[in-house]
Amino acid sequence: MENKYKIIPLTGDQAAAEAMRQINPDIVAAYPITPQTEIVMTFAQFVADGIVDTEMIQVESEHSAMSTTLGACAAGVRAMTATSSQGLALMWEVLYIASGYRLPIVMPVVNRALSGPINIHCDHSDTMGARDSGWLHIYCENAQEVYEMTIAAIKIAEHPEILLPVMVCQDGFITSHATEGVKIFDDADIKKLIGEYKPKYPLLDIKNPVSYGPLDLQDYYFEHKRQQSEAVKIAKEKIPGILSEFNKFFGKDYGYIETYRLEDAEIAIIAMSSTCGTARSVIDELHKNNIKAGMLKIRFFRPFPAEEIVNACRNLRAIAVLDRAESFSNQGGPLFAEVRAALYNNVSIPVVNYIYGLGGRDIYTEDIKSIFSEVKEIASTGKVKNLVNYQGVRE
Amino acid sequence: MKNKGWKEIPIGGLIVKAGNAEEYKTGDWRTFKPVRDESKCSQCLLCWVYCPDSSIKVKDGKMVGFDYDHCKGCGICAKICPKKCIKMEK
Ligand code: SF4
Ligand code: SF4
Repeated sequence: MENKYKIIPLTGDQAAAEAMRQINPDIVAAYPITPQTEIVMTFAQFVADGIVDTEMIQVESEHSAMSTTLGACAAGVRAMTATSSQGLALMWEVLYIASGYRLPIVMPVVNRALSGPINIHCDHSDTMGARDSGWLHIYCENAQEVYEMTIAAIKIAEHPEILLPVMVCQDGFITSHATEGVKIFDDADIKKLIGEYKPKYPLLDIKNPVSYGPLDLQDYYFEHKRQQSEAVKIAKEKIPGILSEFNKFFGKDYGYIETYRLEDAEIAIIAMSSTCGTARSVIDELHKNNIKAGMLKIRFFRPFPAEEIVNACRNLRAIAVLDRAESFSNQGGPLFAEVRAALYNNVSIPVVNYIYGLGGRDIYTEDIKSIFSEVKEIASTGKVKNLVNYQGVRE
Repeated sequence: MKNKGWKEIPIGGLIVKAGNAEEYKTGDWRTFKPVRDESKCSQCLLCWVYCPDSSIKVKDGKMVGFDYDHCKGCGICAKICPKKCIKMEK
């Protein structure tokens, strides 16, 4: 039997806010920033209308937003915030504290380029900069996925053996401000699905006093970081089980990765977020011309699905990794570096990188077609001309 | 005390037992050590009031010595003592 739902026209931002409405967190502390603004605005309206029980704390900066969320979460309640770009950058030091204290905060992030020069449009430089902050990262293709993954992220973060914060990312403007029909499931069903938050070490439990944030020197800091690595490893094992419960409910097949016509493909692109939608239609078109092209979409960047990527790519003859961020390593973007590291020693397939879409530069079907034709060339000649390419930039 | 491994300690650097700061011997940090000339001491207990590390030992309302396991050697007791009977020694 299919679960009750309504299809409502929503932007990606509104879809995130709808998920937050159903999660009904005890505390939301947020500061508005383009293109996340609509999440905070929509949610603030829910609070004003008494639709949620949340106490909303309007803070003076994102540093305070994350600090307040962290404090509330340590106190023992479900706490959320949302941000973009410079806002995430301003949260920087507190991001590491949230993960270091093992606080299961879920935060929608609307990807936007970092200054300077100042830009308000989509790229992944903000969250890729927070790559090593100890947060789990989920990248969503469309508003439906934003809604469903935000809800699922609560259970991932709060799993007693994981206890890590999660950022649920969507592409600024492309996803956040475009309206699509989003299936919104029944409030009561979602409430039941995520259940109640049972904090492990609530600061306000005076019968079992705990201290958060003591000094941790040469003698124990390393052990705590080792525990964090372990938590990400455990997350890697547990997430499929957690997702299967949501998949059953949503009627989806969410996993670490998603493949599109990859089974019999010879060439493929690896990408994240909204670009995957564009790639699907290009792949269908290429198949009409008997070009065996496929796609591997990466949904979880942390934990990084290395084994899944290797297994899915085994039979390919050439791969292009699309990065919407530059790492300035002269060796390609962050996704490229990690995909290559995963493939190294396992398979020897030529892999090239395309950095694209920085500062919201559109990626058209023509761009993806041109990438595929270059990958096809690599597959037939076995020769890589340029390891790192910049797609869509003017010479 | 042998330090514990990562599997044996609470996550997140949390301290999950109250009042265990005593187990941490801050006396190791000390360079100068307070020594009292008992014959000059008036038992005013100002040293006890001012010591930031609760390291003045008091028994039956009388100052009886220092807790060298925790005294960090800050010298506040010597400075505050109205009888000047505490000396900081190397
Ligand atoms: S402050 Fe000096 S005089 Fe007073 S109790 Fe301490 S040692 Fe004795
Ligand atoms: S030296 Fe400082 S820590 Fe030690 S007993 Fe005196 S006041 Fe306390």
